[in-house]
Amino acid sequence: MDYLAVQLFNGLANGSFYALLSLGLAVIFGMMRIVNFAHGAFYMLGAFIAYFLLQQAGVGFWPALVIAPLVIAVAGMFLERVFLRRLAGLDPLYGFLFTFGLTLVIQDGMRLRFGVQGQPYSAPAELSGTVLLGAVSYPTYRLFVVAFCLVASIAVWFVIERTRLGMAVRAATERADLTRALGVDVDRWITPMFGFGLGLAALAGVLAAPMRNVSPLMGSELIILTFAVVVIGGMGSIAGAIVAGFLVGVLSSVGAIFDPAVEGIVVFALMAVLLLVRPSGLFGSIETR
Amino acid sequence: MVAAAAVAAAVALPRLIYPVLALEILVWGLFAVAIDLLLGFGGLLSFGHAAYWGVAGYVAGMVARDLGAPFPLAVLAGLLGAAVLAVPLGYLSLRRTGIYFTMVTLAFAQMLYYVANELRPITGGENGLQGVSRTFPGLSLGPSLSFYYAALPLVLFGYFAAYRIVHSPFGHVLVSIRDNEARAQALGYDTARYKHIAFILSAGLAGLAGSVYTLGEHFASLEMLHWTTSGQVVLMTVLGGLGTLWGGVVGAGVFLMLRDFLSTSDLFRDAPGVVTGAIFILIVLALRHGLWPTFAVLVRRGLGRFA
Repeated sequence: MDYLAVQLFNGLANGSFYALLSLGLAVIFGMMRIVNFAHGAFYMLGAFIAYFLLQQAGVGFWPALVIAPLVIAVAGMFLERVFLRRLAGLDPLYGFLFTFGLTLVIQDGMRLRFGVQGQPYSAPAELSGTVLLGAVSYPTYRLFVVAFCLVASIAVWFVIERTRLGMAVRAATERADLTRALGVDVDRWITPMFGFGLGLAALAGVLAAPMRNVSPLMGSELIILTFAVVVIGGMGSIAGAIVAGFLVGVLSSVGAIFDPAVEGIVVFALMAVLLLVRPSGLFGSIETR
Repeated sequence: MVAAAAVAAAVALPRLIYPVLALEILVWGLFAVAIDLLLGFGGLLSFGHAAYWGVAGYVAGMVARDLGAPFPLAVLAGLLGAAVLAVPLGYLSLRRTGIYFTMVTLAFAQMLYYVANELRPITGGENGLQGVSRTFPGLSLGPSLSFYYAALPLVLFGYFAAYRIVHSPFGHVLVSIRDNEARAQALGYDTARYKHIAFILSAGLAGLAGSVYTLGEHFASLEMLHWTTSGQVVLMTVLGGLGTLWGGVVGAGVFLMLRDFLSTSDLFRDAPGVVTGAIFILIVLALRHGLWPTFAVLVRRGLGRFA
């Protein structure tokens, strides 16, 4: 019973990363019709920035939680302006191939410099240790991650679904031409939204640094799992990204109780079942193109 | 005439460059043609073909090593293994279209990578399936050059099959689905079935290539199932030119020769992705039509100067 509770929380913690990453993917896809393969690479860079800030400048976890996403967001806006803008209007496959190439360059570039060995990064002192939850003690940091990601996810959901800015973004997602005709400057929002999506990835990276080793390969396996999560949740759906993220995390961890090997399979099995019974995903509507 | 020249080139290839590289170009070329069959003619980008290349490699390797079967039988087993696997996976993946289809194929291939890694007693895990030998009664296939010529008919059969598929009525329907699926449906074609069959055929060709590759390398590695393998073959296909069928062979040739040329440099040995990724970025930004049409234009211009 205790073990079940611990695995449940572990699942929520793992799910937090799926949720944050697929949220960023959904935002980017919504605005630009680009499936950003490099999302995992920017997640990794976010973790490395936190690591560097600590190693080189003695800057701790809390400032890193702000600085890393900002740095990556600025880099992302640059990337969008210089390269991705040229791919607008082309088949989405080119955006996918471009970001795939970018992933290889970033990942192997980092590997060339740091090897595949993971670098340790410890949680801030005030979050180390454990908390007693009823009968089981659980690492404080993981609880913090779950709470933080929940709040961040809901905040993003609120902005996109409930504010005027979000309304413009959603309108641009569905019919960019009509939205323009109504006087909304759609293009002005593309660059910042791409930066914002990548910033979410970097945020997830910083949060992951104390839980997982900081290594050049930390993002590549995760991004493929996140794709499966996105297919489950329904691409472009903000709520779908959040719910599917936590759902997959919890089901995988609970599955590991029966057999540790099951953990890696759950997400794919779930995806297969969903493709059979509800191909558009949990929250997906009819596909646009 | 063109076909005869191509066969002659394939026969001469291992005399010009060393046989191991020649075989690699031959099989990766077929792998890329399998991708182009699906992408260039069906409009379906599979980013999970490592699954069929790799599973076929493991099946062929086991049949050759554990059953001692002659190599054509091992290749056949690998091909069938890949095609059978493509029946359920193709069906599921094709429930989505466009870029979603791509993501699903990628996820399923990753699942197989994970499964192969877990099934250590059968697949050898990270060590791969080692000690695969190729045999044929009455032939000594140890040297790479001998195996190249022994395997050549099988691989050429694969190329021929791809050509026949594309130029058959089936191939024409496939192109019409790529261009306008709704219209093909309105004309009475069961488009889902056509796409599924194309997927299985493409997986079978990838399996043929993967089987020969494994026998040529003497082992099947986990890397064959890795997502970078799926990416690499798509790179070769796009580098060669989509929808050209043979462009993939040019793409494979250029890429593998480049890799061979760079293999002595530190950068490429430790971080091959930097070069591969840079080529990807370059193609997408500046060379979306691939090398095949560019070459054709250059050749025509060159000829025009003499005319």
